[in-house]
Amino acid sequence: MKTKSLLSILPLSLASAMAFSQSIEVEVTNLTHGIHFTPILVSAHDDATHLFSAGMTASDELKAMAEGGDTGPLMAANAESVVDTDNLASGMLAPSVSTPVTAIETGVNTHLSIVAMMLPTNDGFIGLDGWEIPTEVGTYTVYLNGYDAGTEVNDEIINGGGAPGVLGIPGAPGMDAGTGATGVTDMESNTAVHIHRGNTGDTSLTGGISDVDSRIHRWLNPVAKVVVTVK
Amino acid sequence: MKYLNKRSTTLAMTILTASLLSACGSSSDDDDVEVSYEVTLTNLTSNQPLSPLAVQLHNTAYQAWEVGSVASESLEMLAEGGDNTAFLAVDSANVYNGVSGSGAVAPGITQSLSISADEATDMQLTLVTMLVNTNDAFAGKTGLDLSDLAMGESMKHFLPVYDAGTEGNSELAGTIPGPADDGGEGFNMARDDVDFVARHPGVVGMDHGYSESVLNSTHSFDSPVAVLTVTRTQ
Repeated sequence: MKTKSLLSILPLSLASAMAFSQSIEVEVTNLTHGIHFTPILVSAHDDATHLFSAGMTASDELKAMAEGGDTGPLMAANAESVVDTDNLASGMLAPSVSTPVTAIETGVNTHLSIVAMMLPTNDGFIGLDGWEIPTEVGTYTVYLNGYDAGTEVNDEIINGGGAPGVLGIPGAPGMDAGTGATGVTDMESNTAVHIHRGNTGDTSLTGGISDVDSRIHRWLNPVAKVVVTVK
Repeated sequence: MKYLNKRSTTLAMTILTASLLSACGSSSDDDDVEVSYEVTLTNLTSNQPLSPLAVQLHNTAYQAWEVGSVASESLEMLAEGGDNTAFLAVDSANVYNGVSGSGAVAPGITQSLSISADEATDMQLTLVTMLVNTNDAFAGKTGLDLSDLAMGESMKHFLPVYDAGTEGNSELAGTIPGPADDGGEGFNMARDDVDFVARHPGVVGMDHGYSESVLNSTHSFDSPVAVLTVTRTQ
């Protein structure tokens, strides 16, 4: 009985790994209490592709996404075979909100990556790195952590600085942050992609060391939930 | 309450029937077949006593909370004040039974309770408890599927921590019911926060620059805050 069913599954999984495009659906939920996500990029790609790698220096393309929310350079740098689905929420994904369930045809691709910047942070982002798409029909849940691209000092000053290399946070979409901060720090010891240590923040809306509110713009991991349905 | 009134002979019959049925792999509508679970929770936090556990058995139509949705008032009462009375008094045909823990679960402490209900093919469990040294943080699981749990089998889950979204995380004196805030208030009707359930952002505390906070570094926590084991015992 067991042998028979194993045999009947085997050719199927080999076949789908080799040639057939898979139909999947992806839904991303912002689990945080007070952090917005910039437009979310979902990339279906092969097992060798990475949008980011923990412990490695961020690419210029990742830096643009993590510091300013711009997914364009990442998509432009992806190989022709990569299936990119951008802007899942048609703009910002607010705290606790879910994107529409989005259908994706994976083509020849076997792995999934997801990135979006976290606001307000200097270069924090939600990240899924090369998750192997199951071949078996079903619903799969993956939880995402918050990463720090390691490319910008976490000064926590909100000044509209979103362009790569421009210090500062582009904005706080919740309109609940302060101004006039002096800056939390002017150096970072880890310049590789790593788990974000969280915002420091303060409780002053008009000064202090941070424009971020320590009571509101905090998070614990995981920061996002991804539900993938394999059809 | 009817479970408590059963004679032991009936119970023995019930156990026999249940094991026979599960051995056959079939389900039954027989109202007399009862299932029981032992629910064990360990508090993994540094200094967040957990309010008396609220445990429910229910079907798939019941969900005690959802990320992004407004918390019910009974969940608000539990999450702001640690009081599970209203939560467990829910009057719903979808909820088969509800049981309270016998008292708060201190950090590092493990507590067990048992809960029973007539067998159902779509049995699920909800557990919820407040982190009492917070404004409105709670830990728990809702809609935990028990339908595949065979007699004697266990499942283990680490519990995330949620924010009810019903009270701002002010951390101020007078707003926190736990021992960190002497005489702090529990539940109040006001909703002065985002008004949706989300994962909890964590607390700041006086040792991290928020001088008005009554919390200190010992009250910080990260997820998971507890470990839950559910064992089917009947």
